[in-house]
Amino acid sequence: MARAVTTQRKALNTALAWGIGLMIFFPILWTILTSFKSEAQAIANPPIFLGFDWTLENYGVVMERSNYARFLINSVIIAGGSTILGILVAVPAAWSMAFVPSKRTKDILLWMLSTKMLPAVGVLYPIYLLCIQLGVLDNRLALVVILMLINLPIIVWMLYTYFREIPGEILEAARMDGASLKSEILYVLTPMAIPGIASTLLLNFILAWNEAFWTLNLTSVDAAPLTAFIASYSSPEGLFFAKLSAASTMAIAPILILGWFSQKQLVRGLTFGAVK
Amino acid sequence: MATQQSRSAARVMMAPAVFLLLVWMLVPLCMTLWFSVRNYLPLRGGDLGFAGLNNYARFLSSSAFWPSIVTTLLIVGGVLLISIVFGVLLAILLDQPMWGQGVVRILVIAPFFVMPTVSALVWKNMFMDPVNGLFAHLWRFFGADPVVWLSDASIFSIITIVSWQWLPFATLILLTAIQSLDSEQLEASEMDGAGPLSRFFYITMPHLSRAITIVILIQTIFLLAVFAEIFVTTGGAFGTRTLTYLIYQRVLESQNVGLGSAGGVYAIILANIVAIFLMRIVGKNLDK
Repeated sequence: MARAVTTQRKALNTALAWGIGLMIFFPILWTILTSFKSEAQAIANPPIFLGFDWTLENYGVVMERSNYARFLINSVIIAGGSTILGILVAVPAAWSMAFVPSKRTKDILLWMLSTKMLPAVGVLYPIYLLCIQLGVLDNRLALVVILMLINLPIIVWMLYTYFREIPGEILEAARMDGASLKSEILYVLTPMAIPGIASTLLLNFILAWNEAFWTLNLTSVDAAPLTAFIASYSSPEGLFFAKLSAASTMAIAPILILGWFSQKQLVRGLTFGAVK
Repeated sequence: MATQQSRSAARVMMAPAVFLLLVWMLVPLCMTLWFSVRNYLPLRGGDLGFAGLNNYARFLSSSAFWPSIVTTLLIVGGVLLISIVFGVLLAILLDQPMWGQGVVRILVIAPFFVMPTVSALVWKNMFMDPVNGLFAHLWRFFGADPVVWLSDASIFSIITIVSWQWLPFATLILLTAIQSLDSEQLEASEMDGAGPLSRFFYITMPHLSRAITIVILIQTIFLLAVFAEIFVTTGGAFGTRTLTYLIYQRVLESQNVGLGSAGGVYAIILANIVAIFLMRIVGKNLDK
């Protein structure tokens, strides 16, 4: 920025932006704070901001009562499994579209995107029925596969936009030096592709972690991840604010931390490369 | 550059992804189309035969249909309005020089990473609860009667909750777009005597128009499918039954699969109308 900015103006911007930022963040902050309160202090009027008796009791109760670990493991398996499986399927596809484009590449990419637009509720019953008939209702593997399919278009697209940024000249140079296709992929392309793959992995893990249509409708006990765990607090336990907060904090903390690392990828991944 | 051999290798590499998505799209879609022309009641006799277009007609003429369309439009429109207007303003603000810009960005984007069931429950109980919620405390502080948000102002409440999740998304994308705006253009117009308002309307807004279109299209597709936020707050009561929720109730709660599937076909058509516009923009971008 070449324009000179007065300190006064900068201070004003700062105050305004921080004010709004904190307001938007407030529900999360309030949830985290409330999770350390006793139930009585959690509903106190006037609300207590910081001067309460900090306690870890709620976390203990939530973990003990609701078998939190199982939900957490399910979330990790479902989100992690679907993401890794998706990457395995998508890397070769995105790779060939980026490096050996044909006339149909664009159509295939757009068609893949269009499958993402299919409203889930429109195919809810068929999927539900197939799960029953295959005996995989409330089954983790089924959810891994379904969430993989849901996010596959985004994964292919993200990888494609990353791969396309790898300059083709490097490949030609490698070929001139006599590299085989195998060593070309292994030693030239892979190292350049890893950052893109990592970002794709991160964003899709987050999307799968927060997915709340299929995970709510296709699970009950065995395969239920954290989204369903929280939904079970809907009533009447939801009125125990401190415990609700502790459960919520545990469900969102890992993703908030990962999310901070993936802001940039979020834009690329969810706009399909249309905004960079 | 590409040889015959690498072309066939490329086809093989693409095959699994294409095949999986093809199956994922076609099988359930055909099943939905099939069920939509059947009298299918799994708990009351099963498949009772061909129904023609009866289900389609009945879904449209049921008393719940038009209210659900109105609710859907209100929620989608309300959230879009809030996230675009405040998203543009916030993005412009965040683009200004300030201290701690990175931290503010994180604060603003954070709600997008909160899982939908958590944000819905936190808002429902800790903010909108008519007895112990923060809003109730605030209302009492000013001597007013607390509002029973989720029944008396149900649609407004849902819009608030969903906007809180999607405003960050709009802001982040618009901010990314603003940052690619050439600052020399702004400086030049400033030297030519353009005020802040005309700079906003003649330079910033035209530059943002594409990003705004993309935000509108992507959010519409996601907002049409809003589910968890209604599932854990009102369960579709108090006039918050959207088209998505209505279909869900027909299919899984009352197990009228034929009727629900006809509704599902309507939802698919609706989403595709939006999708066509989005695909055009994305497709144009691919040619560059």
